[in-house]
Amino acid sequence: MPPRESTLSLRDCRIRLLRGGSGAPLLYLHGEHDAGDWPEMLQRLADSHEIIAPDHPGFGGSDLPDWLDNTEDLVCFYLDFLDELDLRDVHLVGSSIGGWIAASLAARNATRLRSLTLLAAAGLYVDDTPPGDIFIWAPDELLQNLYHDQEIAAAAIAKSHAGEDIDLVLKNRFTAARLAWQPRLHDPDLHKWLHRIKLPTLILWGAEDRVLPPTYAAAYHQAIAGSRQIVLPACGHLPHRERPAETAAAITKFLAEAR
Amino acid sequence: MQFFFFHLMPYADLDLETAAQYRSAWTVLPNSLYDPVKGADLYNRYLDELEYADTLGFDGICVNEHHQTAYGLMPAPNVLAGALSRRTSKAKIAVLGRALPLLNNPLTVAEEYAILDNITRGRLIAGFVRGIGAEYHASSVDPTESRDRFNEAHDMIVRAWTEPGPFAFAGKYYKLPYVNPWPRPYQKPHPPIWIPTQGSPETMVWASAPERRYPICITFSPGAVVKQNLGIYREYAEKSGYTATPGQLGWAMPIYVAETDEIARREAKPHLEVLFNNLLRMPPEMLLPPGHTSAAAYKKFIEQRRGVTTGVSTRLTLETMLDRDIAIVGSPATVRDKLAAYESETSFGNCLALMQFGTLPADKTRASMELFAAKVMPSFRTATVAAM
Repeated sequence: MPPRESTLSLRDCRIRLLRGGSGAPLLYLHGEHDAGDWPEMLQRLADSHEIIAPDHPGFGGSDLPDWLDNTEDLVCFYLDFLDELDLRDVHLVGSSIGGWIAASLAARNATRLRSLTLLAAAGLYVDDTPPGDIFIWAPDELLQNLYHDQEIAAAAIAKSHAGEDIDLVLKNRFTAARLAWQPRLHDPDLHKWLHRIKLPTLILWGAEDRVLPPTYAAAYHQAIAGSRQIVLPACGHLPHRERPAETAAAITKFLAEAR
Repeated sequence: MQFFFFHLMPYADLDLETAAQYRSAWTVLPNSLYDPVKGADLYNRYLDELEYADTLGFDGICVNEHHQTAYGLMPAPNVLAGALSRRTSKAKIAVLGRALPLLNNPLTVAEEYAILDNITRGRLIAGFVRGIGAEYHASSVDPTESRDRFNEAHDMIVRAWTEPGPFAFAGKYYKLPYVNPWPRPYQKPHPPIWIPTQGSPETMVWASAPERRYPICITFSPGAVVKQNLGIYREYAEKSGYTATPGQLGWAMPIYVAETDEIARREAKPHLEVLFNNLLRMPPEMLLPPGHTSAAAYKKFIEQRRGVTTGVSTRLTLETMLDRDIAIVGSPATVRDKLAAYESETSFGNCLALMQFGTLPADKTRASMELFAAKVMPSFRTATVAAM
């Protein structure tokens, strides 16, 4: 079943929302590279969960509101969003920048959450391991660096050369810069408060992540007591796209235990 | 016509072969390629050239700001302007310009410029720029904030120069409980503000607004683009109810003069090609970071580029530069005619001549400056006098 598309207006911002599946609610917060998308991993998770996948304000099919300056603005927006939809016992899953929002949200207010899953989440800075410079890489180079499997990268490059989604790519890129250019892909205050997260937490990473190397997984793992860490071999920055079946299976297993 | 001698202070001793292995001559080029012993010679030579321009009768001398690059060694242009301020006597000193959005506290620019304006008893021209895309990689300032930061910093500096202090300033980016710079500028109400630009519409509208009327200088663009952009500025001015003066319209371009066209081209060729191909070289991700340019302008750029294999770039030759009037090279008569033609077509009144470029050595730089001052500049003085 394809997801249902709808729009929601909240805090002077109209956002696009995909929903599909049934079961316990799972809020998916995307990264820069899958705004507006319904990746295979979500389709798999929809077998046992009700998936709610919004495009962040400023990304995909959502408006760019005047109030959006940084990731904390999105954290508070999603706290409002959870209230507005009156979602309870939510499994929160976030990838890259979306993982950063998810981690910060869980540290701030977890009352509506049941679990937290971070897929190669941004948000931290590990000394002596600066993240890959996603803003200086050329478009093809960026796609090559997002994936370990260069066949997947080549397909993504071919698609980008067709140029059909250029407006979307630029919109996502501009908003990503607003959130993550300075400080680069992190919030220097976040690490101080991750200990507040008491939820069952899964940290899932690609061993060959060239944006945020697995030392970043270790940093999250260390900061969140009781968290589980899975590092998938032969996988880059987007495990949900590069290894959707394994990623979905790992999350499903974790969520079953987190009930 | 007013003539300015514009220097970029390139690292002319760059190992071009090694440098070519890097993404760009900006930001990522290792500074181990910089030799301070050679650099010391270059700084002193370049300052001598700027001082010589004062002696030769140029109306002004210009320095500018770029960071982390062999293209230009002036990350702190007011240090160089300070060195020039006590060694020159007539020429205006134009700092074109300070990159305001890169600063945590732009009030320092109000202070530095006021010092220079005091020391020179009013010879300062205060340039303000956003800085090109690469500066946002070098400084890590968010390029999506570039224009708003620029506007806010500009407003604060002008208020600091014109309103009695102390007063409090609370902007989105800059928050200062005390704005009260000592010294105040020498010129009234403040030094002339100039805006170097590549001609973005937002900048042109802003600079030409009747309450500002800031002179612009179009930098490093083909003649046709310069013509078009100066025309747009004049149109904006007319729409705002006034006529732009030649003094508001400037063009910064490389110029080289020798006895004959043939000699001039032969001598300038390798050095101009180094400037445009080796020193100015940077990929679009560095030139146009997200938000520094509008999404529409960025998209146009990407679409023009699609299909061009990455990694293979076209080398800009002297011949192309001359065809498109990116540079003006030739005998005094050729250079004179070219400038006169553009003057009559655009009524531009500020000629910012880049007379040292790339690897051009000191003797050739001076010979070209001397010919330009003796055989090109005077004919424009006469024309101006006759027109008055």
